[in-house]
Amino acid sequence: MDILEFSATELAEKIRKREIGAVEAAKASLDQMEKEEKRIHAYLYWDRKAVLEQAENEDRDIRKGKIKSLLAGVPVAIKDNICTKEIPTTCASKILENFVPFYDAAAVRKLKEAGMVLLGKTNMDEFAMGSTTETSAFAVTRNPWNLSHVPGGSSGGSCAAVAAGEGFLALGSDTGGSIRQPASYCGVTGIKPTYGTVSRYGLVAYASSLDQIGPIGRTAADCALLLSILSGKDRRDATSLERKDLDFSGTVDAGVRGLKIGIPEEYLNGADEDVKEAVHQAAVWLERQGAAVETFHLKLTEYTIPAYYIIASAEASSNLERFDGVKYGYRAREYEGLHDMYKKSRSEGFGPEVRRRILLGSFVLSSGYYDAYYLKAMKARALIRQEFSRAFGRYDVLLGPASPTAAPKTGTSLTDPLNMYLSDIDTVAVNLAGLPGMTVPCTVGRNGLPIGVQLIGDCFCEGKLFAAAAAMERERGEWKLPFLAGSRKKEKEAAE
Amino acid sequence: MAEKITDQTMEELEILAKLRLSEAEREKAKKEIQRMLDYVELLNRLDTDGVEPLIQLFPVENGFREDEPEESTAREELLKGAPQEMDGQFVVPRTIG
Amino acid sequence: MKQYETVIGLEVHVELATRTKIFCGCRTEFGAAPNTHVCPVCAGFPGSLPILNKKVVDFALRAGLALNCRIEKRCRFDRKNYFYPDNPQNYQISQLYLPICRDGFVEIETEGRTKRIGIHEIHMEEDAGKLIHDEWSGNSLVDYNRSGVPLIEIVSEPDMRSAGEVLAYLEKLQSVMRYLGVSDCRLQEGSMRADVNLSVREAGSERLGVRTEMKNLNSFKAIAHAIEGERERQIDLLSQGRPVIQETRRWDDNKESSYAMRSKEDARDYRYFPDPDLPSVYISDEWIERAKREQPELREEKAKRYESEYGLSAYDAGLLTADPALARMFEETVSCSTAAKKAANWLTGETMRLLKEKEQEPSSLVFSAAHLAELIALVDASEISQKTAKEVFAVMFETDVDPKQYVKEHGLSMETDKELLDTVIRQVLSDNPKAVEELKSGKEKVLGFLTGQVMRAMKGKADAAGIKERIRNLCS
Repeated sequence: MDILEFSATELAEKIRKREIGAVEAAKASLDQMEKEEKRIHAYLYWDRKAVLEQAENEDRDIRKGKIKSLLAGVPVAIKDNICTKEIPTTCASKILENFVPFYDAAAVRKLKEAGMVLLGKTNMDEFAMGSTTETSAFAVTRNPWNLSHVPGGSSGGSCAAVAAGEGFLALGSDTGGSIRQPASYCGVTGIKPTYGTVSRYGLVAYASSLDQIGPIGRTAADCALLLSILSGKDRRDATSLERKDLDFSGTVDAGVRGLKIGIPEEYLNGADEDVKEAVHQAAVWLERQGAAVETFHLKLTEYTIPAYYIIASAEASSNLERFDGVKYGYRAREYEGLHDMYKKSRSEGFGPEVRRRILLGSFVLSSGYYDAYYLKAMKARALIRQEFSRAFGRYDVLLGPASPTAAPKTGTSLTDPLNMYLSDIDTVAVNLAGLPGMTVPCTVGRNGLPIGVQLIGDCFCEGKLFAAAAAMERERGEWKLPFLAGSRKKEKEAAE
Repeated sequence: MAEKITDQTMEELEILAKLRLSEAEREKAKKEIQRMLDYVELLNRLDTDGVEPLIQLFPVENGFREDEPEESTAREELLKGAPQEMDGQFVVPRTIG
Repeated sequence: MKQYETVIGLEVHVELATRTKIFCGCRTEFGAAPNTHVCPVCAGFPGSLPILNKKVVDFALRAGLALNCRIEKRCRFDRKNYFYPDNPQNYQISQLYLPICRDGFVEIETEGRTKRIGIHEIHMEEDAGKLIHDEWSGNSLVDYNRSGVPLIEIVSEPDMRSAGEVLAYLEKLQSVMRYLGVSDCRLQEGSMRADVNLSVREAGSERLGVRTEMKNLNSFKAIAHAIEGERERQIDLLSQGRPVIQETRRWDDNKESSYAMRSKEDARDYRYFPDPDLPSVYISDEWIERAKREQPELREEKAKRYESEYGLSAYDAGLLTADPALARMFEETVSCSTAAKKAANWLTGETMRLLKEKEQEPSSLVFSAAHLAELIALVDASEISQKTAKEVFAVMFETDVDPKQYVKEHGLSMETDKELLDTVIRQVLSDNPKAVEELKSGKEKVLGFLTGQVMRAMKGKADAAGIKERIRNLCS
């Protein structure tokens, strides 16, 4: 069996048993990257030699009996807004084109401590602003299921990499759906944990009160393992939380018998037929596994997008002020005086979507408008959160789409920004309320593109999401990523 | 109706955000921001009287550190990516004068 | 001519004497090589996050209590957004919406009257880095060592009416902060900085005039001059029927004048909003109680005690307590069984004189109280003359020598050889028969002359009082 066919969990076990070496696993991923990258462009950076060095070190430790974690030796891809020591970290922006951090993000440090092998940095929407990975300054990532479609965004590179077998696992970040939406478009599993579960130290901030790092993988079990490694209070992130329930793997097989699951009707309104069908399919599976599913109303859903875009843009306008051509990153070639240097560097360094959000954010915080926009949005945020609290008084888990559609065609989304923002309707509320949300691949739509569904839990209830996701997987059966289907076909051809 | 975004607003925003747009970009951005503001007007239908803004998601408090020195970054590291550097310092166009 | 009243409010920035910065573990030490006390947090690198230094809250809380403020048990930090290269994030983390302390006051004494100055609020914030303007290249150089050093900003009510009141207020703040040990408050080094908000109005008017804000004032002298200058400028404008424009003006100490800091690019819209990286700060009752309990004796209390306990004059007690380092020296010297009055004389006299001469602060005194006590004991025991003592003290002031040892090594002790002294006295008397006659006829004035002659012959190493007595005996 091809190494690439194993899930991360299976691979890790074989590495621990020394049936497969970390170097072999890394080589398999690298070979796949070298083969696929010309078409997919999931990565912005990798260094074969450095990857193999890490893997060799890991093999050496494993031979000495030093197993650092349940994912020791497993290759993992990292979204390019997460700082990696001595490895470029660009946020897919020209303004950070030459930036090489001298520090690791807390999450990256955890990966290293866990003995995982860092494959490279994945493409994304510039500063995580976008839903298609098309706002990247450097590359357009293709959907491995159909190259003329987007992988989603902003963690499009990470999701495409996992879907294309160019990595067993990946780190993404999710501010308004940036893990869950591309996971759905690429047919992979991804979870945004409860706000504060994973340290944000070293994650280049987009909107600090919404950002979370989360794992992307092929199965719920793979994501659970990685999330356990990533989680925990960090003394360098004051918003990170002390949690005692961080063994998520233990929750995967808990089952859903007796769980109450609610589908917000507002999430189905406006969704494509394929997407609605996927949600119904998921509901059927969960019921078969013993859960009770019903629909209900989340009436504030229509307010989530305006509240989200005001808050996220406001925070972004401030977070992105540090990119000024003084300390690191891009500085314009010619300028007259300080302010001209600022303006030219930032206008040339940031792409149009980032500039738009900075301007909008500056406006909603400016004197005279703060109360009407920013404060109003923060109040709406409080109400949205209360509504979720009430919902979780009745339901263990909420079920809905991760996006109203399957992956759109490349080049069709950016022409109408507002329309693009509106497609975030299924995901942004989770960030506003700090909740965990997870995407599970469910069906393949009429156009051959995958459709995932979203599970939403109450704060600190990731366990229920993993249990529900695993229950769905049992009903769904094996999920065939395109490269696996391809390799099977080739094997078959070779056998014939 | 939402606030009207005028050319003057755009100019002020460009000063605040330290961005410079071309005429065409400015026109486009103006329209897009206007459209966004018109859209977010939607929030005004929501009654938020007496609602406390949600500034912090969880009641965590006092993420303090003790007053204990930690190692600073080596200066060469700090300045390695600087666009312009001199005598261990970052260089910028003259700030006063 | 119309009479005008000056209305002044102050924003005073005080650098807190913590070991590390407000949001990271870099050291706050003054004077290090550029950019050596810097890390991703205080240089605004991507992905870095602030973590609040507990000591900063504790110091701010103690300052607030000493200035009679109400402590906000729950406070928050906000971001103040503006682009400037000394501010690496291009936002300063400060407190706007919920500062830590509000509604306090201090009492100042001017022209023999006590006046209460209201404290509007105190908030915590981070300092900016330092910019040096390089004449050669026409560029500016940025050093982030000071970036993130903790500050409190003490905002007064517009309760002051003259430069005298402003200086009294600043001295008062300085004294309180130093007694609390939260800051050394040195204007020259920038650990205390004052922005002056000033307006004028016709005497008797209730309405406040348009105010200007003056920055870059780094000495008491500059503050006094800036106030006088700005007052005159505003009165000139008003008497010509021209308006005062609300603006920020920068004081130029060399030209002794201020100029407006106007630039189209300096947008004064800071777009404050709560910093999402920092959870709110909660200050428990126990914390407040502990800070109250541990509040040291402040100047006024101490001065009163010096008067009653040591019998010092109000003037001396006032001088000794002006700076806690001086007061500490006094108390330590007295605890070495030295007479309080003598200790006070040395500290208010020679010590203050030398400090002033060398432009030093009492906190930089190097000699130990034990050595001062020893020096006083040497004089008491007539081992050295008062004059010698001053010479020895001048050396102690520089290098803290042991006075006993120093006197011995340099042969400064008064001649105990009575015979030699007697011979010298007799010689002087026989050399000055006219003076002796005058003394005998009751002209006391010549006694000083004769004593001086003896002292000169003894090269100062003799006890003047003893010599006087001997001469009197021999001439009677």
